[in-house]
Amino acid sequence: MSQKVLLNAKEVNIILHRLACQLIENHGDFSETVLIGIQPRGKFLANRLAKILKEDYRIKNIQLGYLDITFFRDDFRRGEKTLEANTTEINFLVEDKNIVFIDDVLYTGRSIRAALTAIQSFGRPNEIELLTLIDRRFSRHLPIQPNYRGRQVDSINKEKVKVLWKENDGEDAVYLINN
Amino acid sequence: MSELSVNHLLGIKYLNSQDIQLIFETADHFKEVINRPIKKVPSLRDITIANLFFENSTRTKLSFELAEKRLSADVINFSASQSSVKKGETLIDTVNNILSMKVDMVVMRHPNPGASVFLSQHVNASIINAGDGAHEHPTQALLDSYSIRERLGSVKGKNVVIVGDILHSRVALSNIFALQLQGANVMVCGPKTLLPKYIDKLGVKVETNLRKALNWCDVANMLRVQNERMDINYFPSTREYAQQYGVNKALLDSLDKEITIMHPGPINRGVEITSDVADSKQAIILDQVQNGVAVRMAVIYLLASKIKH
Repeated sequence: MSQKVLLNAKEVNIILHRLACQLIENHGDFSETVLIGIQPRGKFLANRLAKILKEDYRIKNIQLGYLDITFFRDDFRRGEKTLEANTTEINFLVEDKNIVFIDDVLYTGRSIRAALTAIQSFGRPNEIELLTLIDRRFSRHLPIQPNYRGRQVDSINKEKVKVLWKENDGEDAVYLINN
Repeated sequence: MSELSVNHLLGIKYLNSQDIQLIFETADHFKEVINRPIKKVPSLRDITIANLFFENSTRTKLSFELAEKRLSADVINFSASQSSVKKGETLIDTVNNILSMKVDMVVMRHPNPGASVFLSQHVNASIINAGDGAHEHPTQALLDSYSIRERLGSVKGKNVVIVGDILHSRVALSNIFALQLQGANVMVCGPKTLLPKYIDKLGVKVETNLRKALNWCDVANMLRVQNERMDINYFPSTREYAQQYGVNKALLDSLDKEITIMHPGPINRGVEITSDVADSKQAIILDQVQNGVAVRMAVIYLLASKIKH
């Protein structure tokens, strides 16, 4: 197994600030916008972006939630293991809101397809956008593209992209792992 | 540990404590799901479940059916009173006929103890026991423990007394197994005629004085007097039973502490518990019913994920 650093801590930080600025450009004071981190790994990116928006750009009314997609996945009973669920925390109405889905890696697009179905249980949003730190190009199974992307990566299927966060994994970094 | 150790839910006897933990954690997620504006998830859209009820049931049947529908499974219902069982068909033949219509899972209630174990050995489907005679009723015990966990934070170390007709109760046996697996202390309390001989061999305390039992416990699970299963008179009169083993508000108020009251339903109001107790804040009877759907969704989801595509 070999691994290559795609992004180091400094680069991750620069990209997060750029993504935050792009969000501000489109969503202003966020009064009609909610951020939804896709569980399990999108939660860290969503927390980080919300923190930057609040602390560095003084945006007061950030609404942040987490969406678990386990029960909406299309691979139930297809794998060896039982799909384990995570917590959904959406303590606000999404009716008529502009939603930004936040996930660390966009690969086949199937998670986002599940998230699009799952969010319907909470109302009819005005529009949904997608923000992703890493966009694995040329590997999509569905016609889904991000509105905001941190870095585009060309990787072959057997390679894995791993995003690490300081608060959970001890460092901020993105690795390309070759098995 | 993300998978159940069993392929069927035949009784609590066959589970281990990690299984119960996994069911409860999954039920937590489903409890959140059933409180959403849209209470349905598509996980089981390619699973068909048959509910076979060879004995009457209202709440268990509704609860299972709702759990199945909230998971998007296709559901067929069968009750013995309107079926060919009356014409003399055997259990295995009945079930195999249903399974040949491509059913993946069977939820069964049957008057004979061991019916679901027997079925699991002879047919090729995942079986959930929804009550077999006076033997086990595993999902009821799971939802009871889940409700205790929700109210008191955990089950471990809690004192739980099961009051009433232990002899005819499948809820009692499943509850004893489930509570002990999770490290609770269990007592049974009732008139001697309704306590099975040698019940203490299961490691439970036995008490015939209700006041003493209530003073000892954190939770009292009041069982229904199962008149339909009583072939002889086990106590002189319903009135005397209510006086000796019924819980009323005055009795609860005279205890040193506030205990939690549970009841698996249906309640005989004025017999096991009076209306003011059933409707009081100390009773979590309706929470038990709501938790029943979440716990059954968890059981069905976890068992279904073991049926290979």
